[in-house]
Amino acid sequence: MPAYLDHAATTPLCEPARRAALAWSGERFGNPSGPHSVAAAARAALDDAREVVSTVLGTAPGDVVFTSGGTESDNLAVLGRALAAPGAVVVSAVEHHAVLRAAQAAGRWAGCPVRTVGTDADGRVDLAQLADALDRSVSIVSVQLVNNEVGTLQPFAEVARLVRRRAPQAVLHTDAVQAAPWYDLAEMAQGADLVTISAHKFGGPQGAGVLAFARPVELAPLSFGGPQERGRRAGTQDVAGAAGLGAALSWLRRDREAESERVTALRDRLALGLLAALEGVRLTAGDVPRAPGHCHLVVEGVDSEELLFLLDSYGVCASAGSACASGALEASHVLTAMGTPPALARGALRLSLGHSSTDADVDMALEAVPRAVSRLREAVAPGALPVRKVLR
Amino acid sequence: MRALVAMSGGVDSSVAAALLLAGGHEVVGATMKLWGGPSDSGCCSVADVEDARRVCQQLGIAHHVFNFTAEFEEEVVAPYVEAHAAGMTPNPCISCNAHLKFDRFWLRARHLGFDAIATGHHARVTATSEPGPPLAGRAGSPPAGPAGAHGDCPGQGPAGPGTGRVVWRLRRGQDLGKDQSYVLYMLGQAQLAELLLPVGEMTKDEVRRRAATLGLRTAAKPDSQDVCFISRTGGRQSFLGDRIPVRGGRLLSAAGADLGEAPDLELLTVGQRRGLGPAAYRSEHKGTPERRYVVGVDLRARTATLGTLEQLLVGSVRVGPVSWAAGALPAGARAHVQTSAHGRAFPARWEPAPEGGGGRLVFEERIRKVAAGQAVVMYRLELEGDVVLGGATALP
Repeated sequence: MPAYLDHAATTPLCEPARRAALAWSGERFGNPSGPHSVAAAARAALDDAREVVSTVLGTAPGDVVFTSGGTESDNLAVLGRALAAPGAVVVSAVEHHAVLRAAQAAGRWAGCPVRTVGTDADGRVDLAQLADALDRSVSIVSVQLVNNEVGTLQPFAEVARLVRRRAPQAVLHTDAVQAAPWYDLAEMAQGADLVTISAHKFGGPQGAGVLAFARPVELAPLSFGGPQERGRRAGTQDVAGAAGLGAALSWLRRDREAESERVTALRDRLALGLLAALEGVRLTAGDVPRAPGHCHLVVEGVDSEELLFLLDSYGVCASAGSACASGALEASHVLTAMGTPPALARGALRLSLGHSSTDADVDMALEAVPRAVSRLREAVAPGALPVRKVLR
Repeated sequence: MRALVAMSGGVDSSVAAALLLAGGHEVVGATMKLWGGPSDSGCCSVADVEDARRVCQQLGIAHHVFNFTAEFEEEVVAPYVEAHAAGMTPNPCISCNAHLKFDRFWLRARHLGFDAIATGHHARVTATSEPGPPLAGRAGSPPAGPAGAHGDCPGQGPAGPGTGRVVWRLRRGQDLGKDQSYVLYMLGQAQLAELLLPVGEMTKDEVRRRAATLGLRTAAKPDSQDVCFISRTGGRQSFLGDRIPVRGGRLLSAAGADLGEAPDLELLTVGQRRGLGPAAYRSEHKGTPERRYVVGVDLRARTATLGTLEQLLVGSVRVGPVSWAAGALPAGARAHVQTSAHGRAFPARWEPAPEGGGGRLVFEERIRKVAAGQAVVMYRLELEGDVVLGGATALP
């Protein structure tokens, strides 16, 4: 069994979510929009899930839109708003690509000016820059709760206050995908008009997400067809996905605080252990509030692609950032925004823990990471070999 | 043995991986992502990466993608553009081999604990046992007997139970029509000792048949022809035009007469005869028009000189520093010299420059002038010019 330390990418299904999704992937079925009893049962399962979400997020059940995941929810919020009420789009530089590229699309297809707000060295939104970006022409602002790569918590309450004061007409969206496994979203996302969550980051199935509305906001739909989800998202709903999402959210709520503490302790043991074992290693965003599961490091003198390869062969599943279409690692836009020097950013390593993480996983990583790093540092440096010299 | 196979998504590297696996080796596939810009022709489009990944899945081996786009830009694309701006005709596939495949990729394989890398090139590596001290090879490898990656490869082991040093030789591929030894001339002993070329013993048809038998999706995929970072639609003109000023000039006759307007000079190559316009067919003398070639490009004067085939022929070529496969050729020694990827080789005499670094190859018959920037590869005179001795870049 490998030590799975990539929970920020996806988490294993929790048992209640597995059972709920399985029930609607086998013996039970039905189109929730249909006029008969089979359909009604599916409708009831969907409504049950919707109610769980609305309770957790503190919205009305009718203001929960089921989507295919975090990306679609982010797209719908940012591009949907920009199309419905063209105006400036304000995003932080460290948003997920689902927000950043939706903002670019709003610029390209709707002519909306896009204003990108920088961060400090720990990845926190620069509030002075944000204030400058806000005015009466802003249509939508999107700032995450927790950064997906480095785990930094954004000062969201202050962001919300600034938006209300300087751009009261603007819609405030937050991508709460990485916060959902750990925090009380009703409290943390207070002030947001639109909230994105994604099931597979907290023990639910992949392909299921939500865009929740804290108040009525007009969005241009991005899909067209039937009147599902009150016309905001056409297409037959994924009942199994929604049921799994709802079940995972209920399961999560039961002992979220104890679980956060448990995982924080594991993560701290891992981070401190690695700092003690290795020279030339720095915790990214080490001094600011971070989500419990994230342990993000930059390792001097190694290349992430090589480090991840060796870790995988030693039985540790980790990641470094996002991948491009071919599957190759890309330079992290988050580290770039934080001002991490490119030479250091090359050695990024994200170990992310979650509900299935154990002490044994941490032990494996504490053994494997130093072993892999030492091995790579001992290896020959590029350019030291004869081939290159001849052709220079 | 653990081998890392460089997989482009083409049929040759697919079969290379399959052959090594069938030979009982531990095989991992890896595709280099080299070019970040638009591409429709080369070896790093998403579709090609997917082909490589799918082949690995079919073979049941791991597949990785290595992002070398920054290195590729710095080591291949930028020098390519600079060379064109300086009026030369660079070969980017050779700098890619030297800086990416047989440097970054090879080093990465070493870092990750592989014993060897493999590619789908049509060429062969063999070991011979020769008298003398050991040559450079993998640190710690025994100087005699089976050394490097080839020790347990049938047909590639050292020839006989020698007592001298092991010398790795790069040889032409079995399929002479597809031979790629020319673009591998930069390989030294260290790389050759750790390089496997499994399809080098096969013809292209055999490779395709093997792929088809295995049901690999790349079996009928056409060979890549073009420079991977230059799109078929835009061509060199649009690629270079976006990066450096690309402008026309005047065409001159060999005698210096103005023959009219020249197409974009930065794109012209010595030896070229197409795309020169009507001037190329205008005879300086009365009589039947003779075919004209570019015999020289002068970017400072903004001129290209045209001449007849006779005026294109030269007796020698000057080259920069030589990459020798296994030691330098002595001054005055003869070799077969090939000056283009699929051209024929001509016998020539090697004259190293007294100050070192490069030298001159003096041909026994006159050959077409070699454009500056092109690779000049020397093969051993014996054995029908089968063994690569080394190579260098042609100087103006």
